[in-house]
This record gives sequence, C-alpha cells and structure tokens, in this order.
Amino acid sequence: MRETRNVKRLGPYVILVLLLAACFSLATVLQDRVSDWSKRGRSDNVLKVLLGDGRRLFADQFFVQADVSFHSGYYPSIFDQANRPKDTSHLTAKEGEPAAEEHEKQMNFLGPPRDWIERFGRHFIVNEHTHLEGSHESEILPWLKLAAELDPQKIETYTVAAYWLRDLGKVKEAERFLREGLLNNPGSYDILFELGSLYDQSSHDPARARKIWELALRRWGEQEAAGKKPDLLKLGQIADFLAHLEEKEGHLARAIQLLKLSQKGSPHPEAAQRRIDELKQKLAAPSPLANPKAR
Amino acid sequence: MNTVLAIAGVVIKELYRRKDFYVLFVLTAVITLVMGSVSFFHDTKMVRYVKDIALLLIWISALVIAIATTARQIPAERENRTIFPLLAKPVTRWQVILGKFAGCWLACGMALIVLYLFFVVVSGTREHHWPLLNYCQALWLQWVMLGVVIAFVLLGSVVFAAPSSNATISFIVVLGILFVGRYLNQVALQEPEPLKTLVYTLYFLIPHLEWYDVRDLIIYDQKLVGWVDCGLATLYALLYMGVFLLGAWLVFRRKPLNL
Repeated sequence: MRETRNVKRLGPYVILVLLLAACFSLATVLQDRVSDWSKRGRSDNVLKVLLGDGRRLFADQFFVQADVSFHSGYYPSIFDQANRPKDTSHLTAKEGEPAAEEHEKQMNFLGPPRDWIERFGRHFIVNEHTHLEGSHESEILPWLKLAAELDPQKIETYTVAAYWLRDLGKVKEAERFLREGLLNNPGSYDILFELGSLYDQSSHDPARARKIWELALRRWGEQEAAGKKPDLLKLGQIADFLAHLEEKEGHLARAIQLLKLSQKGSPHPEAAQRRIDELKQKLAAPSPLANPKAR
Repeated sequence: MNTVLAIAGVVIKELYRRKDFYVLFVLTAVITLVMGSVSFFHDTKMVRYVKDIALLLIWISALVIAIATTARQIPAERENRTIFPLLAKPVTRWQVILGKFAGCWLACGMALIVLYLFFVVVSGTREHHWPLLNYCQALWLQWVMLGVVIAFVLLGSVVFAAPSSNATISFIVVLGILFVGRYLNQVALQEPEPLKTLVYTLYFLIPHLEWYDVRDLIIYDQKLVGWVDCGLATLYALLYMGVFLLGAWLVFRRKPLNL
C-alpha cells in the first residue's frame, strides 16, 4: 500500500526527468541538422534573427527618418508624394550647388493653407525648411547606422553616412563604415568612389585615392559588361575626380583620356570638353627644358 | 462635486493598484535606456534619436493606459453589479459618467507626469539642456488630447457591447485621426463627388488630435507654440470632451443596467 502511494507520488517527477533527458538527447541530435534549415539562427545580428528578410522593409523607413532628422522634422508626408525628394543628393549637397537649389524648390510643399483647420494646425508642426548644421549633423547618423544594420545592401546608407562622418572630422569611423559597406557589397563602385574621396580629401593620400578610384572604374566596367546598366552619372564623377588627380600630378595625357570618359556621364559635357582643350594646349606647349634660352 | 471626486478617486486608486502602468513604464524605461546606451560611431552626444524613441513610447503608453482603463470602467461596474449600489446612493448617471471621466483623465495625467519626468532626466543628462517650458507645454497638450480620447472611449463603453470591441475600435479611430486626420482635406480634393463632400465633412467633424502631437517641436528644439494657440487648442478639446460626455450620458440614461 505504502509502495503504491510512493510510486504514485514520485511517478510524475520521474516522467518529467525522463522527458527532459529525451529533450536533451534529441537536441544534441537535431542541432547540426537545424543549422542547415535556416541561416537566420547563424547570424550574430539580433535584428536579423528577429526580423529575417522582413528587416529590409524597415531599413527604408529608417533611411527616410534620417532625412526627416536632417530637415529637423520638416518633411513631406506620403500625401505629398509628388514633392518628396526623388533622390538623396540633397543629403550631401552644399549650399549654392544645383542639387541644393533644386531641392529647395522641391521642399516648398506646404503651400497656402486650404482651410482654418489646416491654418491653425500649422502652429503645432515644424513649418520651416532648414538643414542641420554644425555638430547637429551627427543626429542623422544613428538612423543611418540602423538602416545599414537592417539592409546592408543599401549602398547610399554607407555613402551618405561616410560623407557626414568626414564632415564631422571622424575620418577613421567613415573609413571603417565604408569598408563594412564594401564587405557587404564587394562590387559597389559608389562605395569605392566615396572611399577614394576620403583618401583624397580627408587623408590627403592621393596615391591610395587613385588606386581606389581605378578600382571603382573597373567595377563600373564589370557591371556594364554584365548588362546591369550602372549609373552613368557616377562614371562621370569617378572619371572626373581621377582626371583632376592625374592633372595635379602632371599626367596630362591620362587626364585627357579620363575626361573623355567622364563626358559619357556628365550633365555638362561641354565643360569637360573645355578642360580637354586646355589640357591639350598645355600638352602641346613646349616644355621649358627644351628651350634653355627662354630662361 | 464631492461625489464626482469620490468616484474619480476610486479610478485613480485602480490605476496604481493594477499592473498596467508599471509594465508600460518599465518597458518604456528599458527600451529608452538600452537605445541611449548604444554608442554610434563613438559619439555619445547624439540625443535626438533617444528623444524620438522615448516620446514615441510615452505616447503609445499613454494611449494604451487611457483607452484600456476607460474602456472597462462602466462595463466592469455592470458586470460586478456594483453599478446598482452606486446608483442607489444619491448618485446620478451623469455624476457616474463625469466621475469616471475625471478619474481616468486625472490618472492619465499622473501617469504622464511620471513618464515625462523620466524623459526630462534622460534627455537632460545627455543634452545638458532643460527646456522645461517646452516639455510642460507638450505634457499639457498631450493630457488635453487624452481627455478627448477618454471621453470618446467612455461614449464607446456605453454604446458597444464589450470592452474589447470598444478598445479596438477606439484605437483604430484615434490612430487613424493621428496619422491621417491632417491630410483628409488633401485626400478629399482628389476624389470625385459625392465622396469629396463626404470626406470633407468627416475632416471638419473629427476632433483633430494630431494638433496636440508636438513631439517634433521637442525633438528638433523648435520654439514654443504660441500661448494663445495653446489656449484655443485646449478650448477646442474641452468642447469635444463636452460633446462626447453629453453623448455618453444621453445613451447611458436610457440604457438598462442588467446584462
């Protein structure tokens, strides 16, 4: 009788222990197989594990949030779609540049109020178009970092963030971030161009800048050969910057070659042609060494 | 007045005895502190993203507390049959409505004060700058907006059968107004008749709760809203509170109390 009572009392606990042992044993067997089913679990990023590929939906939103932050809250809604900035060139454009002026016109989306409710409501929102200045520009960086975490394949996140990091004097952080972008996007000529600009303008290392820009040109060419229709404007920019570097170092023939290449993607090919003509004249002019009497 | 305050007192005690507020406050605090402790590009001076996240969580928490607390007030009284002894005393139905409203509104006010105090401490320690007047104005406007929401939910609690359906519909309506209310006139202009008239009528009839969301002014260090505008917005909210409370009383006075 007593034994029956003991068995009945201990029975559930014994079953529990047996079940736990079975779970543990099964886990050791399944561990290897499960890691092949899903790549999500292997990721070291919490957001990738939680959201999977759905995280890319949020990445765009965080990038827009960076733009909203850049404009201190003055930003068109989805109902002002026609007036939303079409690209992100305004995020890296300086005052007075054509991109900045075009952007100024685009951001005049509010217009006159249509009724008293809208007129009154404007007292409670940001209704002036401004951009962040000085050290406040760093306020857009957290959103860009989050956007990069959520969608590492979004190239402009890296280029825009690197531009502002350089502007804030954080050159090492900019380089690190761009290299992270390159790891995630090895064929990106945009990131290579930005990295080259960093070496040229911030680190004052023209030799390194040249190598990176040459690599960017090669990557652009590879994408064109693969039929991916890469951005002609970017080709123009890369060739233009490289030409400028070659001209500074006295390699005029190479500079002319690059300027001809830049004409393909330049919105003002006549300006490039003028520079080509000037360089040709310089090249044709006799060198001082050839005529000692001129000294 | 004493009766109304007595009923309000019971509602306030209910708020701090239940776990809702503490759970939401701890969640808000943990998320804000975790986000605030992250260092982006070795820069600890960035503060706007922390303010953005903190204020968003405060708004969500305050709305959840307001709607959830209010939606169950009158249905709970009816379910527990405590409405009978309450009305058997010399307490009119109007006093019950007003008392429940005052209790929920004051309880939300207290919750907001605690949440905003936390926000002030977090943003102040990072920014080393305390625009207290701006914060007080934001708190006041949010509290006034919650008053409209509470009155609306109270009306819903005497119209709809269950607190869950009332809370769900109230959330949808409030969030709809907050996100889309400002733009209904633009939407109306793009529609053909008679949809245009319908949408425009809706635009003029709804309480414009989005006016009271001045988070962007706080986050981006903008100047204060004019005090006259603030006063007019408060008056506008009080009028809508009156409309919804009167509507709730008109429905409640005819409603049988048996389930």
